[in-house]
Amino acid sequence: MNLAAKDIRHNLGRFILTVFGIGMLLMVVMGMAGIYRGLIEDATLLVERIGADLWVVQRDTRGPFAEISRVPRSLVYRLLAVPGVQSAREFVFHTIQREHRGKPLRMSILGLSWPLDKGEWLPLIAGRPLGQNHYEMVADKTLGFRLNERIKLGKDTFTVVGITSGMVSTNGEGMAFLTVLDAQAVQFDMPGEAIRLQRAARERRSEKDDVFLSQPLLVERLARPAAELPAITSPDLSAVVIRVAPGADPAAVAATISTWADVSVFTRTAQEELLLQGMVDKARRQLGMFRVLLTVIAAIIMALILYTLTLDKLHSIALLKLIGAPNWTILGLILQQAIALGAAGYGIARLVGEKLFPYFPRRVIVTNEDLLQLAVIVVVISVLSSLLGIWRAMRVQPNEALMG
Amino acid sequence: MSEPVAIETRQLTKVYGSGNTEVVAMRDASLTVRRGEVVALLGPSGAGKSTFLTAVGLINPPTSGQILIGGKLVMDGPTALTNLRSFRRKHIGYVFQKSNLIPFLSARENVQIAMELNGVPSRAARRRALELLEELGVADRADYQPTMLSGGQQQRVAVARALANQPSVILADEPTAALDSHRGRQVMELFRRVAHEHGAGVIVVTHDHRALDVFDTTYEMEDGAIRPVKGQFAFTP
Repeated sequence: MNLAAKDIRHNLGRFILTVFGIGMLLMVVMGMAGIYRGLIEDATLLVERIGADLWVVQRDTRGPFAEISRVPRSLVYRLLAVPGVQSAREFVFHTIQREHRGKPLRMSILGLSWPLDKGEWLPLIAGRPLGQNHYEMVADKTLGFRLNERIKLGKDTFTVVGITSGMVSTNGEGMAFLTVLDAQAVQFDMPGEAIRLQRAARERRSEKDDVFLSQPLLVERLARPAAELPAITSPDLSAVVIRVAPGADPAAVAATISTWADVSVFTRTAQEELLLQGMVDKARRQLGMFRVLLTVIAAIIMALILYTLTLDKLHSIALLKLIGAPNWTILGLILQQAIALGAAGYGIARLVGEKLFPYFPRRVIVTNEDLLQLAVIVVVISVLSSLLGIWRAMRVQPNEALMG
Repeated sequence: MSEPVAIETRQLTKVYGSGNTEVVAMRDASLTVRRGEVVALLGPSGAGKSTFLTAVGLINPPTSGQILIGGKLVMDGPTALTNLRSFRRKHIGYVFQKSNLIPFLSARENVQIAMELNGVPSRAARRRALELLEELGVADRADYQPTMLSGGQQQRVAVARALANQPSVILADEPTAALDSHRGRQVMELFRRVAHEHGAGVIVVTHDHRALDVFDTTYEMEDGAIRPVKGQFAFTP
């Protein structure tokens, strides 16, 4: 006869409520692990999806994700000349915040190097990749845009031609994919008045310069848009991404590029490490510590619940001892209940978690490995938390059964 | 030829505390109960009846004296000469003032568990439990939880549990205290019947003088000492 099962059946309502409470707690522990995984996955997702072998960024920076990096557009052509480089693409990445349907909306914009890159590699769930070099965008579903919706960014209006799934930036913001030129137009968009003031300031400065006084045509050229003045514009790419030719050694190509004085080069692995050790390191450590803390709290709460359940059964335990039940019968009663509580709580945690986690604002990724790890943790804390109850039960004397 | 001895106590003494706080709860208590004999132990509160019963029941060791059950010396002073829990399981049945059934088990399971703890297979234990409940007239309540049984029914189930392993000794501590006189007498008669039919030595601690005719022998306990009550019936099993 299984005494643990009989006792659970007798107090089924209380057991279900307790299991639900434990389950919710375990779900939070599970969720913490999922958020932790999601953070890591989100941090490295873009680097993995882009599939570049090497990232070339501004010298001595850790760009383009960890800090701002600026490299000139001409770098693409210099890199294409390096032996072993199969392709080099412009990379523009920045985050903006706009109003959308009356609510603030943050999005990370990634420039695609049209026409080499139209976004065919994106995980589309609807629509298509970019079909023209202007005014189209592919957006992640987390941004909430609809297919064919027209979104105004800067002075231009973009049509959403494709929807992706799971494309978020390291900060968890949904991503929008435009051509590099459009992405830069959004990034460097300035109001008309600001452009006019900038132009007037340039003209005023030129009036004091002998060169402009002697060559009036130069003053006329100053009236053109800033982007068309190469001598004074800042480099406008975030990075250049490289694919090495089949058979070429990325490390050897990187070694060649790293001798250049104006750029730094990172392999894909190094870029991922930069992201994990730099940007999300504190966040993931914090989540990790919080998870440990929650696990300890779950163990303490389970111990208290099991201790209370044991206290409620002290008379029955004394009676069992009186009629000759060996210690292992008592031990089995408490331990089986602890494991049943833990296992049922774990089941609730999984069920509720599966339904609830997709509604979280950031991705919660629960892997089989994490589920297995949590199952082991649940068994361990079930056993550990039952020790207090077992200790109390072992101290019960059979003659306590006679005390009313 | 007389029946074999079920219980024999030799000069049991129990002292609680020491020095100024010393209390002698039981003093040189000697008693012999044969198999099939039903013994009543009377006495006022604090006389030491429960102390005696728990000592004989091997759950509260005496300070000195000896306890023999079925002719085997099991306690010599406070020293146990056998595994007491195992010995209790096989040889002693208990019935208490309150029903003392395990609340999360049904009537049948309360009887069945005593046998399963003694190594009886579950199916056989279940069958025997139902037989005992039938014998005691509560078979129709076999699947009821203790809280759904009347006081008398609970005591019958407790008696069935006490009989489950066919013990040589049954100890009952004021088993009729929670019952009305009619049901109290029924329980006392039940003890007499099971003692005679199952061949167990039964000691019943009671305050209830109305059913003394049921017992084969009556003892009185006062200030920790046991003495027979005059004019009692002779034991003829």
